[in-house]
Amino acid sequence: MADVDLGGDSGHGKKGPGVKKAKKLSTRVDLTPMVDLGFLLLTFFVFSSTLSQPAAIHLTMPDDRKDDLQDQNQAKASGALTIILGKDNSVFYYEGEPSATGANWKESSLSDIRSEIVKKKQSTPADDFVVVIMPGDSSTYSDVVSILDEMKISLVDRYALVNIDEATAKLLASKGK
Amino acid sequence: MARPVISRKTPSIDMTAMCDVAFLLLSFFILATKLKPAEAIPVTNPNSVSTQVAPDKDVILVTINKDGKVFLAIQDEDKKKSIIEGVNTLRSLGLSSDQIDKLSKQSVIGVPLTNLKEQSAMNEKDLTDKLPGMSVDSSDNDMKTWIRATNEVYIGTPANFVIKGDNVAKYPGFRSVIDAMKANEQFQFKLVTNPEAVPAGTLLWEANKGK
Repeated sequence: MADVDLGGDSGHGKKGPGVKKAKKLSTRVDLTPMVDLGFLLLTFFVFSSTLSQPAAIHLTMPDDRKDDLQDQNQAKASGALTIILGKDNSVFYYEGEPSATGANWKESSLSDIRSEIVKKKQSTPADDFVVVIMPGDSSTYSDVVSILDEMKISLVDRYALVNIDEATAKLLASKGK
Repeated sequence: MARPVISRKTPSIDMTAMCDVAFLLLSFFILATKLKPAEAIPVTNPNSVSTQVAPDKDVILVTINKDGKVFLAIQDEDKKKSIIEGVNTLRSLGLSSDQIDKLSKQSVIGVPLTNLKEQSAMNEKDLTDKLPGMSVDSSDNDMKTWIRATNEVYIGTPANFVIKGDNVAKYPGFRSVIDAMKANEQFQFKLVTNPEAVPAGTLLWEANKGK
């Protein structure tokens, strides 16, 4: 290993016991701990510099103040997938038209919804496919961001963050979420 | 037959070069790192696969903390002062120019409009998540006034509206912020997240692989 080289071991005994030879002291210093320290600090700075750069999701909201129906792009109900977010990270979804009783609601979870989105995406023509996201009042910000992220992950181009309507909110409440 | 002499000395490696490299890289990273300043309002960001870097210029930052309190921070001090003046006239709050001056020097605004006078008398170190936060009820949404004043000041110049929400913040707080933005024709904004790897096998992953 990188030890200090004392260098004096072989100097004895050549000129007899009476002659004292000045010990040759090596100037070499063991740099191993210094290298250790260097790399320790290095790892710290490498990690802290890359992790401190937060990313951002770009979100564009539609202008929904006008109630002029002729101006609006009506989504075809058959191509719509509505995702409802409830309490405790619960996720419900339904395809197509909303039903008054919630009969077409299916329960899912944040980790399983991806396959449903992909399934719906592949079974609908690209022009009709739209995802409607309805976060309930007790859903959290992280749920909303996760779902927006799912849109990115599954390359959904058309999605809308919509305020939950009263009927849906009641259905969600009746399911205990 | 002579036996080969085996040196008893331990082999020594010259560490100098390695040490040089380590410290060279170290100094590079120290100089290149921008350490995050300690935040007055702690927020745990959600993760996303977005690779877009959060803007750091012309930022109008709306923070929603874990209790759903809403705070506003504007980077540019001169603009912040004009915005506070704008809010003052819009809602006739009757702030004195001295109070406006003090408010514009504070890092964050975290009280309802009616309590701005009290906040102007506070010290910087008291501006934490203990502040009551803005009032963002649907009937009395302070954010609407703030964003209106901000739009008036930033007109013609780039403005990055950034929302930074806590993982456990409830959705209604976020919704009232979006509503306030929409009411002021501000339809584009960014959500701060922590970057995360794209899960393997997904459509985005396939798309990235082809690049």
